[in-house]
Amino acid sequence: MNFVNQLLQGVLLGGFYALLACGLSFLFGVMRIINLAHGSLAVLAAFLLMEFCNDTNFSPFGGLLLVLPVMALVGWVLQFAVLDRSLKAGPLIPILSTFGVAIILDNSMFEHYGANSQSLGPFIGDLAYGSWNLTSSLYIGQLDALIFATAVVVLGALQFTLARTPLGRTIRATADDPSVVDLIGVNSRMVYAAVAAIAIMLTGLAGAFLGMRASFDPYAGGPMLIFAFETVVIGGLGSLWGTLLGGIVLGVSQNIGAAISPHGFLIAGHVVFLAVLIARTFSHRLTWRPRFSRKVATA
Amino acid sequence: MSMGAYKVERWTRQAVFFSAAVGLLLVVLAVGPLIFSAGITDRLTTLFIYIILAAMWNALAGYGGLVSVGQQAFIGLGAYAMLRLSNAGVPLYLALVLGVLLIGIVALPVGELMLRLRGGEFAIGMWVLAELLHFLINLDPLIQGETGTSLVALDAFSPSAARADTYWMGFFVMVALLGTLFMLLRGRVGASIQAIRDDEIAAASIGVKVHAGKRIMFVLAALGCAAAGALWLATTISFQPQAFFGIQWTAYMLFMALVGGLGTFEGPIIGAVLFFLMESFFGATGVSYLIGLGIVALGFSLFLPRGIWGTLETRFGLRLMPVGYHLTTQRPAAAPNGVADKKQVDYVA
Repeated sequence: MNFVNQLLQGVLLGGFYALLACGLSFLFGVMRIINLAHGSLAVLAAFLLMEFCNDTNFSPFGGLLLVLPVMALVGWVLQFAVLDRSLKAGPLIPILSTFGVAIILDNSMFEHYGANSQSLGPFIGDLAYGSWNLTSSLYIGQLDALIFATAVVVLGALQFTLARTPLGRTIRATADDPSVVDLIGVNSRMVYAAVAAIAIMLTGLAGAFLGMRASFDPYAGGPMLIFAFETVVIGGLGSLWGTLLGGIVLGVSQNIGAAISPHGFLIAGHVVFLAVLIARTFSHRLTWRPRFSRKVATA
Repeated sequence: MSMGAYKVERWTRQAVFFSAAVGLLLVVLAVGPLIFSAGITDRLTTLFIYIILAAMWNALAGYGGLVSVGQQAFIGLGAYAMLRLSNAGVPLYLALVLGVLLIGIVALPVGELMLRLRGGEFAIGMWVLAELLHFLINLDPLIQGETGTSLVALDAFSPSAARADTYWMGFFVMVALLGTLFMLLRGRVGASIQAIRDDEIAAASIGVKVHAGKRIMFVLAALGCAAAGALWLATTISFQPQAFFGIQWTAYMLFMALVGGLGTFEGPIIGAVLFFLMESFFGATGVSYLIGLGIVALGFSLFLPRGIWGTLETRFGLRLMPVGYHLTTQRPAAAPNGVADKKQVDYVA
């Protein structure tokens, strides 16, 4: 029964990973950029929320009303200050520049907030530890359930927006070919800015939950980027529902690893990630390709 | 001389002069511990390690087009291999060389797998690999988790002997690696690698073996980073996994190669010297220093992606090391005053 509980907790953890990964996945799907500052931006949102809650006695959920628009603005600025220029400079530059942003963010947060681990747990009261017991050894944490539900709603909303709305059509067209949409009266740079704003806002949401469910510190961005990336790759780059599946696979394997050995949590996650990569190199049918666009890659 | 006469030069006068100067500098450095103070010898050993790291990261990113944020995997493995071999009774500096070669062999299958990934996927895939190796090595009872252990065999040497030997080892390894890279770039492999750097698809379409070229750069970079890791262990003596498998190495390498000039032979060396000087002057400021590094790296990637050397090189047609070819066309017929109209064209950028 304990093992079943581990699986259940793994699935719930997967919801968090899916939420964490969807900003990364969305930005990659449209702009073909892997944002190495992704994890640092999530941690930044958690710190902003902490500062807000400390100053105002608002709950973190109220604070999100302020922090999410701020993160969207950060995404907007990031697009015009860094990504836009990087995109034009060849394939290496976006990797270098977003890594530069990550170094700046991590160390600035360290300088400003200090080295201590922080948590938003104290601000959310019962929710931090409340749970529904299914049996004596099988339980679902209320916060975990909320995060999982949020992940499903966010992924569903993103999928719906992309598939059914005019904005989604514009985004898909821009992902296909930015220079062509410019010809038909769409400003691809504004589309990219909107995508960056949405992606970073979602990253901020994930950061808020990171702060509520566990502790974080200024250098937590690196591990968060790795988890998000593993989720996206396991699920298939650019596929949104695949992201949820990828998160669940990662969460479950980490929890099984943790049950085997105290060091097993991270090792198992990395091993499963690399195993998926190896499997893909030997099977072309498993090769992932972005699925936002209808265009099928012919390579 | 007829219209369109041209001359292809590798050893331009500039390159001959500069190569002679480099030769002289190397001779002086080779007897370093005999003429320098202990402090300077130590600092120079550190500089050699930085130069190795910058050149190897550049071999991978600048020439192979492969940005890795996980080269610390090989830095850690190099140090670990040396530690393990030395612990098994292999003489210290032999352990260094053997360990590095061993990691080179390990890098072959690893490269086969990782080179399937592209762009950012390769970048983070390497990082995951570094993290995984870090945790696995923590499980080794000899290492005792994050506590780490020390290179006990070094105690057998007197401090001055250890300092001089490590210096010579660093110098020898740096010259060997830079020499290998230099010869690779001048040869057939170099032409294909630089074609891959400029345009991978175009290179493949004219029959360049893209995968083979990348594999060579991957293994060379792995060897070089392993050597740097082992040398770092010989200078710091203690092996704490976090210090060797940390992401800060990638920040340093990226800074040195990018600021110096990606895809040039001379650039990363200049970048390493610059990084070394910055660290000497501002390293004590800790976090602010790291923020500064990040800002400079971001600024270069956005506004001067060719780096210091790449920019100077194209603006002034400089070519200090004879890696590429110079094409000089002379058109005396078009010059009525009898002065040849000289036009220099870079054959290999």
